[in-house]
Amino acid sequence: MTPPTPTPILGLRLTPMPLVRGGWTRVIERTFVVYRKAWLVFLTGMLEPLFYLLSIGVGLAALVPAFTLSDGTPIGYTAFIAPAMLAASAMNGAIFDSTYGVFFRLKYQKLYDVMLATPLRPRDIAVGEIVWSLGRGTVYSAAFVLIMVAMDLTSSWWTWLALPAAMLIGFAFAGMAMALTTFMRSWQDFEFVQLAIMPMFLFSATFYPLATYPEGLRLVVQATPLYQGVALERALTTGTVGVEAVGHVAYLVVMGVVGLRIAAHRIDTLLLR
Amino acid sequence: MPDPTTAPLVRARALTKSYGDFQAVRGIDIDVAPGEAFGFLGPNGAGKSSTMRMVAAVSPVTSGELRILGLDPATDGPQIRAQIGVCPQEDTLDTELTVRENLVVYGRYFGMSRQRCRQRADELLEFVHLADKAGGKITALSGGMKRRLTIARSLVNEPRLLLLDEPTTGLDPQARHVVWDQLYRLKQTGVTIVLTTHYMDEAEQLCDRLVVMDQGAIAAEGSPRTLIEAYSTREVAEIRMGVGDNAVAADKAEGLAERMEVLPDRILLYADSGDAVLEAVHARGIRPQSTLVRRSTLEDVFLRLTGRSLGE
Amino acid sequence: MSTQPGSLEMVARQWDYFRTLFRRTWRGSIVSNTVLPVFFLLAMGLGLGGYIDDGGSSTIGISYLAFIAPGMLATNAMTMAVGESTYPIWVSFKWEPVYSARIATPLRIVDVLNGLVAFLLVRLVLTCAVMMAVLVAFGTVSSVAGGVGAVLMCTLLGLAYALPVFALSASIDDDTPFALLFRLGIIPMTLFSGAFFPVSQMPEALQWVAYLTPIWHGVESARMCTTGVVAWLPLAGHAGYLAVWVVAGWLLARRQFTARLADG
Repeated sequence: MTPPTPTPILGLRLTPMPLVRGGWTRVIERTFVVYRKAWLVFLTGMLEPLFYLLSIGVGLAALVPAFTLSDGTPIGYTAFIAPAMLAASAMNGAIFDSTYGVFFRLKYQKLYDVMLATPLRPRDIAVGEIVWSLGRGTVYSAAFVLIMVAMDLTSSWWTWLALPAAMLIGFAFAGMAMALTTFMRSWQDFEFVQLAIMPMFLFSATFYPLATYPEGLRLVVQATPLYQGVALERALTTGTVGVEAVGHVAYLVVMGVVGLRIAAHRIDTLLLR
Repeated sequence: MPDPTTAPLVRARALTKSYGDFQAVRGIDIDVAPGEAFGFLGPNGAGKSSTMRMVAAVSPVTSGELRILGLDPATDGPQIRAQIGVCPQEDTLDTELTVRENLVVYGRYFGMSRQRCRQRADELLEFVHLADKAGGKITALSGGMKRRLTIARSLVNEPRLLLLDEPTTGLDPQARHVVWDQLYRLKQTGVTIVLTTHYMDEAEQLCDRLVVMDQGAIAAEGSPRTLIEAYSTREVAEIRMGVGDNAVAADKAEGLAERMEVLPDRILLYADSGDAVLEAVHARGIRPQSTLVRRSTLEDVFLRLTGRSLGE
Repeated sequence: MSTQPGSLEMVARQWDYFRTLFRRTWRGSIVSNTVLPVFFLLAMGLGLGGYIDDGGSSTIGISYLAFIAPGMLATNAMTMAVGESTYPIWVSFKWEPVYSARIATPLRIVDVLNGLVAFLLVRLVLTCAVMMAVLVAFGTVSSVAGGVGAVLMCTLLGLAYALPVFALSASIDDDTPFALLFRLGIIPMTLFSGAFFPVSQMPEALQWVAYLTPIWHGVESARMCTTGVVAWLPLAGHAGYLAVWVVAGWLLARRQFTARLADG
């Protein structure tokens, strides 16, 4: 065997390494490296809401009579449902990333254990994951809004705020979903996620107006976060914005912030034992 | 300010760690000097890994004092982790990344520049003989290769202190020797190493100084040589009897050696000359099926200190 | 050497394993297989259907609830079959040496495949039967024979999807193709297969694409059965078309299973 020669690899460095500023960007960078190889998966993620829109716009809309908006203007079924699809896909994307994705990395891949052996902190991980999820959601939402405009499904300059609104919806659900994920014990628990999302998707005034429901049920529907998102997006793309919009925004902001705080705290107690 | 060249890199006083009612570490004192290779030797469940997690600044101290690189892990965790390298017991390589990307991305977690990360990755792949696998998938690597890559990963940030938790557990003998060779070369360049192991040969190969841990406490401390001198004899004569004959033979051999241990499958007789003991054994009319004379090892030290074998 | 036992015997030998697996997982499947379809029928069939039926411009001839109910039954069978034949199979090949362990016993590769098919078949029948009970509760099934017929057709449909996907799962190393299969295959097939609106609404070229997919045949035949408007020759045609997919899929799966397991 050759005698060991000191190589630059094994240097003894006495100057302390500077702390990582914006450690969360490093968490995103890793995801970016992974997705660079799976760009097709990234791109096709955009198609799902579009398929829904086309299915309903091309096929179902012919069967459904026009609805009237809160101010009495009639609206075609495709234009009625498009903002709801935008809100629902923002929710779905955020929840998928923050539940299955986070659970896999937390419990199976042990990725967060690895990250925490470096100067990165739990906060960096939570923020990094949510910002990535938001970034991806933003690309998808932007494509969807452009398609809505191209298909002439919007009727107001407020439409340009539909994109930031979709980002807000993504943030709200990502924060809360990540917080819930830290409490999950096994994949079986994710059945409950399905059990929460699916009814919300179906009943949050997505496919028909809130007025369809009897009075008491209406309050229940209005309390759900997706209803808040759908109502906000529909007000923006149809140009029927009122003071309620402030309430919708406040609801979603609080939900996201609370979720994010719980998630960072829980990752802390789960991993730094 | 203490002198950075001699101040201990790890200093623990009355350090404990509890998980609920279970006390995993029961008040230990340690000092690891710069340039030293320091080992925790003990069976599974002795509290080695819990101690390592505290030293890695990822597990809060329950009580006692702990300083790593002169810093308090409770308040300066990120600063400490920036300067140490950690090689965990299980391979936690990122299976979604290639071999080389594992090193580059890990370096980025430390805030190193992209260019520096790439340069380090290439140097380290060369060092652990994985340069030809750079673009390959993690799942295609053998157990020994994965462990070498994990060690390479722990060196990305040019750590002042390298923590290795059971570095060769689960590897075949040949792969273990490759890993030992690389750790030995690291040691030669002055990197301070703290490792845990339940293999005597590993501790003897790599450690300048070690503590024997048992049930969360330190049972003994010293270099492998001094521990053997203090807790064992120069040589050991092992005799194997037929099934069920151990007790009779042990009675007959009473007083022949400085110390005797009766194990389920053999009897160990401790003495400075193993051959002399064997002669005496024959002289007393004991007829073993097989005999062996060997030098004392840390296994014997552990047996003496705890009354149990390390493997148990 | 003793004679090789028959294939049925070999499938039966794996039964205890599958029974244990089923006992552990059936609760989760109940949620996705019953509760969610009920929600769906409430929201789309009754909620949205109310507007469609009142609108008067409907071209479907029956209530919207009765129209989408068999569509739900069929798409549900497809989704379940594809779900069960993607990740669970792939994981067993790639991460857990379950199948290699099984062929170390007297079981042959083809027995392992048939065991998986038999297990899926049982769950498909159960899933479709449970769904059928929901459909009956919503009053969308015209006769007992029709209900049984729809369950059988949808079970066949499930196998028509599962077997080619078995072959895929045995062939791939990483799971990226699954994401593409769902996004570019299963989701559009669910949405444009005539389950939620007649394919005649679509441009003619797309209609022909729909006719090629097994799901369209499943939806059409299930709808014939539940509504009681049966045209026997087309029904036989649908069944025959689905059977071709099952047989071709089985042959392909056997080839891929052999290729994967024989290499070790």
